[in-house]
Amino acid sequence: MTSTADAPAQQASPSAAPGRTVRTAGAAAERRLAFLLCTPAVVIMLAVTAYPIGYAIWLSLLRYDLRFPQRQEFVGLANYAAVLSDGYWWSAFGVTVGLTLVSVAIELALGLALALIMHRTLVGRGLVRTLVLIPYGIVTVAAAFSWNYAWTPGTGYLANLLPDGSAPLTDQIPALGIVVLAEVWKTTPFMALLLLAGLALVPDDLLRAAQVDGAGPWQRLTRIILPMMKPAILVALLFRTLDAFRIFDNIYVLTKGDNGTGSVSILGYDNLFKAFNLGVGSAISILIFLCVALIAFLFIKLFGTAAPGSDLEGRR
Amino acid sequence: MRARQGARRGCAAVLGAVAIAAPLLAACGSDSGGAALHFYTPADGATQYAQAAQDCTKAAGGRYRVEQVTLPRQADDQRLQLARRIVGGDPTIDILGMDVTWTAEFAEAGWIRPFPPDAAAEIRNGTLKAAYQTGTWKNQLFAAPLNTNTQLLWYRSDLVPGGKPPKTWDELIAIAGRLAAQHRPSWIEAQGSQYEGLTVWFNSLLASAGGQIVADDGTVPLGAGRSGAAAAKALQIIHAVATAPGADPSLSQRDEGTNRLAMESGKAAFMVNYPFVLAGIKENGGGSFLDGNGNPTTQNTGRKVQDVFRWAPYPAVDPGTPGRSTIGGINLAVSSTSRHPQQAVEAVECLRNRANQLRNAIDGGVPPTLESLYTDPAFQREYPAWQAIKQSLDTASVRPKSPAYQSISIVLSALLNPPGEIKPAATRAELVDQVQRAVNSEGLVP
Repeated sequence: MTSTADAPAQQASPSAAPGRTVRTAGAAAERRLAFLLCTPAVVIMLAVTAYPIGYAIWLSLLRYDLRFPQRQEFVGLANYAAVLSDGYWWSAFGVTVGLTLVSVAIELALGLALALIMHRTLVGRGLVRTLVLIPYGIVTVAAAFSWNYAWTPGTGYLANLLPDGSAPLTDQIPALGIVVLAEVWKTTPFMALLLLAGLALVPDDLLRAAQVDGAGPWQRLTRIILPMMKPAILVALLFRTLDAFRIFDNIYVLTKGDNGTGSVSILGYDNLFKAFNLGVGSAISILIFLCVALIAFLFIKLFGTAAPGSDLEGRR
Repeated sequence: MRARQGARRGCAAVLGAVAIAAPLLAACGSDSGGAALHFYTPADGATQYAQAAQDCTKAAGGRYRVEQVTLPRQADDQRLQLARRIVGGDPTIDILGMDVTWTAEFAEAGWIRPFPPDAAAEIRNGTLKAAYQTGTWKNQLFAAPLNTNTQLLWYRSDLVPGGKPPKTWDELIAIAGRLAAQHRPSWIEAQGSQYEGLTVWFNSLLASAGGQIVADDGTVPLGAGRSGAAAAKALQIIHAVATAPGADPSLSQRDEGTNRLAMESGKAAFMVNYPFVLAGIKENGGGSFLDGNGNPTTQNTGRKVQDVFRWAPYPAVDPGTPGRSTIGGINLAVSSTSRHPQQAVEAVECLRNRANQLRNAIDGGVPPTLESLYTDPAFQREYPAWQAIKQSLDTASVRPKSPAYQSISIVLSALLNPPGEIKPAATRAELVDQVQRAVNSEGLVP
């Protein structure tokens, strides 16, 4: 039985084989072409990303201070030890983590509210979307300067609302509050836009069925809308967390990192461009890079966020 | 066919190359007016520097042209731009207008050239000693002094006993305490914000008490001995100024500009600050009106802060030794990337000559570094406080000379701010540790 069953298969295979080899040859040629077509992009990516990252890693292993060109030498991981044993790194790290958690949490709540409004708006939907998106369209540095002036006594309408003699940008906690405000104002629209795309995934039938079954608005939100939107929420959170962790421009313009408001990026900048210490500065940059990679890894592996470019379902 | 195409392409390439190179060739312009020397200056006073560049171009008679280029307003941004471009080998930087604190850093890194001995001797001749000191590193002149600056004590003659200024910080603090008890203006204004000004205040106090932040051998002697005692005294004075009864509650956020405004508002009795405050109070209409007790009032009493605004030399720490204010200013150096170093030295000598320094002093408000100008009637007319300024400059101190000065200043001002929270003994121990690490360029800067 087996032989008879095998026979047609064996017969079929020789006839199929030529076709298959033709297909594989064609596929191989196509693959070669695909690689060829990709090559310029890959070369450019290597030149503009891999090379600088590799160079920064190399610099971070050197004692390399522009002010002491003769004292350049290989020191292994000493720069990392110097950074990780320094109080300034840990206070900047604490500030960065705090800013990230607070601003992303507020952005998520506000962004969801805005997304629901935009989704439910019946009239003037285009106008509402445009209005919501305006802050996101303004250059961060320009916006930060207007916040700066607004909160500076003498020039600012917001500072004038405070008791006389208060300069909120010169105290740690009020200044960090203003940084969070500027960040939230600026990037909530981005969050709202990503969440709006997620809202489109929630079928109306399901909501109507739930309504018929007696689910109230809150139950519909927490039991249907949010679970259905989970992939979109996680992607939005991932993007915003990565961005928020690397915060630089708002702080640079608002406080320059003075009075304990510096993020890790500000610390890296100061060590590179004020102290001209390329070794320590690069070590800080690499550590930031590792933190960002870790955040992305946690989101994708633990929460099952769909990585950009993979299928939207996500993997566990 | 192929050959012709190739020829045509070659022709186009040559044309293209010529088109790109032509402006560059013209820029070299050795035929039109000699070597082009680019003179990079801070944005403050750029007008006067540009005029000096024009005058020196004329005086050179075709040997070189000086073209003034303006750098950013902030000293940090100026330093960053100059350092980056010189490290990158930019040959279009010839003459640098440098802050006095950058000399050691730029010299040690090989970004600027030492002046030839004969030029250095000529520059030394007739230049204020402390100003000359700021331009030297390892016994060579790297930067020729152009402008200088020094702080004075500014006080209210209606608030001091007998109208006579206090001579020491201890007297100053005692008088302010009595004024506070009488509910009269009692603030002592100094630079307490976290920036270079706070480092300068500390350095002035330390030098007045006979100490220094970094010794010649690169060690930090603040822990013991004479400098240790001086550091303890300096920290104690800063702490007292910030916390004494009647102290300015915003001292930890004050810089030169807000100090001046506090004085003009009539709430302050004393201030250490640069001479620009004298022109400033005139510009602001003489400051606030004062009542019979010397307190500010909105009523027109016919008496303003300006009427009782006086100056005196920088306060001393020890009664018999004059106070030593920290010197500031701008020096001129020749970049190591310059293609015309000889002409650049010549141009530097012209740019800091008597006529140009007088113009900077009168139009730009920055005191000159040539000693003889202080007896010039035109200068004395413009600077009513010239005697006190000269006296302060004669006893002035310089900031620590170290290639790592920037890091030293950053950690110092971070440790000393807020001044009210200084714990003299503990802060001093921390200073020794952190400043030594900064000098060795170890660890991070905040």
